[in-house]
Amino acid sequence: MTPMIDVCFQIIIFFIVNMRIILPEGDFDVTMPRVMPTASRTAQADDIPPDAAASAQLPTIHIHLYADKNGNLVGIKMGQRSIGSFRGLRRQMREICANDQGPAAAVASREVKLDFDYNLKYQYVMEAVSHISGYLTDDKRTVVRMIENIKFGTPRRSR
Amino acid sequence: MRMLSQRTYRSSTDMTPILDITFQLTFFFMLTLNFSSDIQSDLIRLPASDIAKPAEGHLKASITIQTLASGLVLFGGDQMAIGALRGPLVRERRTMRKVLGHSVKDITVIMRADRDVPAGKVQEVLRVCQSVGFQRFVLRARMHEG
Repeated sequence: MTPMIDVCFQIIIFFIVNMRIILPEGDFDVTMPRVMPTASRTAQADDIPPDAAASAQLPTIHIHLYADKNGNLVGIKMGQRSIGSFRGLRRQMREICANDQGPAAAVASREVKLDFDYNLKYQYVMEAVSHISGYLTDDKRTVVRMIENIKFGTPRRSR
Repeated sequence: MRMLSQRTYRSSTDMTPILDITFQLTFFFMLTLNFSSDIQSDLIRLPASDIAKPAEGHLKASITIQTLASGLVLFGGDQMAIGALRGPLVRERRTMRKVLGHSVKDITVIMRADRDVPAGKVQEVLRVCQSVGFQRFVLRARMHEG
């Protein structure tokens, strides 16, 4: 029986060594600007008028992320107003949602358009999406959703 | 003189329970181990988020595209430049329609991109997907507490 147990342990050790621990992952829904049909690529995709349903909603919030030459975040703007940090961005979004009669109303009706420099590191874009989408309650157990309609703008090359 | 017979006692362990446990462990690892890196490559370090929607079970049909920090794209087990992605995507779309019966409008593109890749490259990949006909996109993040 001993050789059989040896072989079994060898197999188990092989599987243990090859085991990968997969961390839990989550998703954010995003919308891309619509692409013009191939035959008529004369206009920028952003110039396409939005859906009729979207135009009936509250005005789109424009958020811009700026990067330095290394791709690190150097500035955040909501419209023309500068925001110092992602926490400030989330605070602003919470105020907007509160004015929209609660986060539940904002989830359905608000759209955020996110513009960023081409070379901005992806982690900053995801952080912005995370801070726009919602927040954790004080007990860290419940997620309150704020905005689910997040649209990417056309990427622009850094100055 | 009569010698007293010495009885020697030998105890032997019953190995059957050890074998049972060993087989149980082996079966467990055989069933749970996944060698494929098509949908979760170790080369990619996802950005973190504390509020991303859990990934399990809410997508009807999906394909996973992974963007490495170098800007190359990992799709279907192959690495390629963004410009070469269109062909494999068209084939995938065709296969999903013919074999699984999924319309391109029902298929969600899951984007797993490294946190240091330029965001513009990620957007280029998504635009290629759009040009093939995909309309739904999700960005995947690593969940972390607080």
